[in-house]
Amino acid sequence: MSTFTEQFKRSLVIAEKNIKIYYSKGPVILFGLVFPLFLALAFYIGRNIPLKETLPGLIGMTTFFTATAVGPSIVPWETRSKTLEMLLSRPVAIGTIIVGDMLSSFIFGLIISVIPLALTLFWGIQPLNFIILLLGLIIATLCFASLSVLLSAYPPTDIPATSMMLSSLVKFPLVFLSGVFIPVEQLPYWGKAIASISPLTYFTDMVWELFINNGFYPLALDFLALIAFTIAFTFATIKLHEKTLAKRLS
Amino acid sequence: MKVKKEMYNAISVQDLTKHYDNVIALNHISFEVEKGQIFGFLGPNGAGKSTTVRILTGLIKPDGGKAFVMGFDILKNPIEAKQHIGVVPEVSNAYVDLTAWENLILIGKLYGMPPQKLKENATNLLKEFGLYEVKDRLVKGFSKGMKQRLLLCMALVNDPELLFLDEPTSGLDVESARLLREKITQYNKDGKTIFISTHNMDEANQLCHRIAIINHGKIAAIDTPENLRAQSMELQYIEVALNKNVNLQEFSKNPSITKAVSKGNKVYIYTADPSTVIEFLVEYAKENNLRIFSLNTMMPSLEDVFIKLISSKEAIIQ
Repeated sequence: MSTFTEQFKRSLVIAEKNIKIYYSKGPVILFGLVFPLFLALAFYIGRNIPLKETLPGLIGMTTFFTATAVGPSIVPWETRSKTLEMLLSRPVAIGTIIVGDMLSSFIFGLIISVIPLALTLFWGIQPLNFIILLLGLIIATLCFASLSVLLSAYPPTDIPATSMMLSSLVKFPLVFLSGVFIPVEQLPYWGKAIASISPLTYFTDMVWELFINNGFYPLALDFLALIAFTIAFTFATIKLHEKTLAKRLS
Repeated sequence: MKVKKEMYNAISVQDLTKHYDNVIALNHISFEVEKGQIFGFLGPNGAGKSTTVRILTGLIKPDGGKAFVMGFDILKNPIEAKQHIGVVPEVSNAYVDLTAWENLILIGKLYGMPPQKLKENATNLLKEFGLYEVKDRLVKGFSKGMKQRLLLCMALVNDPELLFLDEPTSGLDVESARLLREKITQYNKDGKTIFISTHNMDEANQLCHRIAIINHGKIAAIDTPENLRAQSMELQYIEVALNKNVNLQEFSKNPSITKAVSKGNKVYIYTADPSTVIEFLVEYAKENNLRIFSLNTMMPSLEDVFIKLISSKEAIIQ
């Protein structure tokens, strides 16, 4: 069996371990469930907008917050409990651990994000193409999960709260600049420029297109951008973690 | 690439160097550990023990030099090298939110073990170390001794050829420490090579076939415990109990005596030539009408050798 396949299997083992340990941790519940729920309620209630028009924002926000809830805290937690050192002394590469962390973040995001999607169907609101929407959701969740593990790379702290706080500093501005509250096409020129560097923009835009047929970018570009962001985040995450590893273990 | 099987040692370290900022942690150290040996790595805090172990277990990269573990270059083939080792760290690092069984299964899966073999090994080890009854309890409820035994199970679950133990009995009660020492000896007899980093001189003396003493990032000495003690013959001494107190100044006039110290009713006479000093003592007792109750020649302890080596910069031989 190739080294790549063997290491990927070990990433799955690490993801399984993360699911057992970290899904029930307080900060994950808070940032991954409680927070998006109340933000979604605040977003919808009292705005007097048809449900269908709030869906792109709601689905985008839920996916983004849930998929980035687990990732930032795993490495700091494992640094503190010395379990990162324990994992690294086994036959696994740092990339294997990172991919495992990404997968656990991805699975959490996907499970929770399916809920608003299921409710949408339950309320009889049909997207233009359900399969494309599901595929987009999967790629976007993977992209956000990779971003979440990237956010734990620097600074190499062993305090989960610090990592969570710093990741929130990145996550919140992104939500406001990514077409969640205002569609990209209604943003001013400078707003469009800023939105174009956020991965969340492309997912929200995809959902706008699939529910309201009112996307700003072509669907193919949304997909390509999300895939490119995922690759770039994964590569950057592994490289940054490799670079800060010695400091983390000292 | 792996060197030919019959040619490699369990560990081969060549000219290893590591700096932390401007501090030299390892200064061109070299040593070999033959397969089947128990190798002790001794040194004071900050001497470079942990840095060496961390490099050999693939946790950190050296700034220079090479290290081969079970024939694999730890820098170029870390995964292959780590596939053959088990590690027991100084600080417990099992997952406290998992059960003992889940920890073992996790580790076995990280080595890519077949499920049936993994379950069989995990069951046998938990039974052997007295943890089978508590295998489904979360590790957070374990005592220090239980955690240490679990760490040993985790290090052994993949049946490694080489075992790294970092202060394995540190802070353990007497019974647990003895159990661990017995197991280490047993696993070595079963063919495993064992690398122990320890502060405990008695432990090193009892267990190790060879010992390296590291100080200020350099290997100060490396040999069998017996040879290390023999290299410091000026540290051997004669313990003599007499019926009366004696004037130690008369002893110091003898050129064969390095130092004489009185403690209680015994006199400790340090010498590199015990037979001449024994003759002198017998003569001295006759002349002064003294009775000798007991007289023992004592070899220097490993601790004596260790203290001598780490306190003497001149003793650094490498």
